[in-house]
Amino acid sequence: MTAVSEVSSRAIARARWRPAEIAFWILVACCAFLFPSRYLIMTDIVRLALFALSLDLILGYAGIVSLGHAAFFGVGAYSAGLMALHGIITEPVIALVVAGLVAMVLGFLTSFLVIRGVDLTRLMVTLGIALLLEALAERFSNITGGSDGLQGIEMAPILGLFAFDMYGKTGFFYSLIVLFLLFLLARRIVHSPFGLSLRAIRNNPLRASAIGVPVDRRLIAVYTVAAFYAGIAGALFTQTTALASLDVFSFERSADLMLVLVIGGTGYLYGGLIGAVVFKMLQEVFSTITPQYWQFWIGLVLVVIVLVGRDRMHRWALWLPNLVIRQVAGRKAVVAVPKSDAP
Amino acid sequence: MTIALETTGLEKSFGGLRVARALSLRVEQGARHALIGPNGAGKTTVINLLTGVLKPNAGRILLEGHDITDLPVHARVLRGLSRTFQINQLYADLTPLETVGLAVSERLGRGGDWWRRMGTLDDVNRETAEVLASFRLLEVMNERTATLPYGKQRLLEIAVAIATRPRVLLLDEPAAGVPAGERHDILAAVAALPRDVTVLLIEHDMDLVFAFADRISVLVNGAMLVEGPPAEVARDPRVKAVYLGEAADA
Repeated sequence: MTAVSEVSSRAIARARWRPAEIAFWILVACCAFLFPSRYLIMTDIVRLALFALSLDLILGYAGIVSLGHAAFFGVGAYSAGLMALHGIITEPVIALVVAGLVAMVLGFLTSFLVIRGVDLTRLMVTLGIALLLEALAERFSNITGGSDGLQGIEMAPILGLFAFDMYGKTGFFYSLIVLFLLFLLARRIVHSPFGLSLRAIRNNPLRASAIGVPVDRRLIAVYTVAAFYAGIAGALFTQTTALASLDVFSFERSADLMLVLVIGGTGYLYGGLIGAVVFKMLQEVFSTITPQYWQFWIGLVLVVIVLVGRDRMHRWALWLPNLVIRQVAGRKAVVAVPKSDAP
Repeated sequence: MTIALETTGLEKSFGGLRVARALSLRVEQGARHALIGPNGAGKTTVINLLTGVLKPNAGRILLEGHDITDLPVHARVLRGLSRTFQINQLYADLTPLETVGLAVSERLGRGGDWWRRMGTLDDVNRETAEVLASFRLLEVMNERTATLPYGKQRLLEIAVAIATRPRVLLLDEPAAGVPAGERHDILAAVAALPRDVTVLLIEHDMDLVFAFADRISVLVNGAMLVEGPPAEVARDPRVKAVYLGEAADA
């Protein structure tokens, strides 16, 4: 094998689908059919997973911290709601893309503020932008419906074929397909030269620019893409619940998102998905046990995760699957373990 | 002779501290030029000014006749001015393959490509393989950089800089901290740099400087003290005074 073809095949090997990834998506598909009475909560998880995937793109790959990611979620949610309410674009898929694009424009415009400064500045700027939008939505209650939210949203059937049903089956499969497609896109992006340059920037921006990477331009690009993802997640929220209220912009929404990535880990794309499942499950379990104080337990879990270290917990959790795979396939562990990057 | 890199009257102050004073430097095309000076002379400041990390208060920087004073760091690299780092600034979690591949894809303008996967671009693959082979890094290309022996990491450092196809290369103490056994590889790699690449070596190690350079500039207190061929600089009483003075203090 010549050096060039070896370089090529080694580089491509990084982007190859691993057995664990395929197993993950098969498992997801199984869940979709195994729990027909759980569509609503599963839709909730899928939306959160997409939203977390968005934050992972900027946090896990480009190292941009954000405490105001709900800004884009909210803009997507209201865009979708207003389009459906006023009959501007009734077909959900087109409306979804348009809502994502609206959030994307906002992401592009605010990216110039966010790329300046370092972590603390970025936290404050992103938080500030989200608060600002929330206040604006409240001020212009004639458009947004104020604290009552948008009332009476009627969703047209998807592609004119699949009507939203009251059990949430259509909404769930719709959300899941959107998540899967956007996941494929994100996977494509992170394995491209662009994605590699983002990882370099996250590790050491000065060094990246000394290699010839236009750092600011790349950060603007990925922030804009992430805003599109978050906007889509917000639009899915409105479309599947027929609701849009001020809390789409809320600080809690941005903060929860951070927790999801703390649970799931960053920088390998599955962190947001796994984190969303675990976070929602914990929320469910704890709120059944103690409806009032479930946040106490979520908080406790978080402290434990951060102190024990996610890496170690993942190793424990993956011990059995790895053992099985080793027995069956007879080779080294293949289940992905994320790199250590405690937030 | 054409001038590859030139600075005219560079000034830089931090508050009241003048770290570069009317700094003028001319490096000829294809030269092996060394910049030396005692500790605190401002060598690091010069590198930061040349590469664009710091903006000068006054003065211009010309790369092959083009004014690059106002260009950002990455644009200077794409214009052909690259550097290596003194202390390890390599990407610990990336492999040599990824590190060099990144530099090559940026140089070829492929860095913004978000659709095609790494490894599927023929021109990037070809150049990456070339660079890895010429620095004998092919065998370790798929290992995490952090796990490589220190000597290999220093080689990778130079390889990444070469992957950007520099016209002028700033070598910042290339052999610093390398164990004696691995030192030879680094020196060989430095000696084997293509002749059409102009090299400005910033170095502490006098043996390396006199073995390598055909011209030497001596920097003291942010200003140029002497410039000339090695033999002349070695004889210069002012240079002796600076270095002997430093030795006497130590």
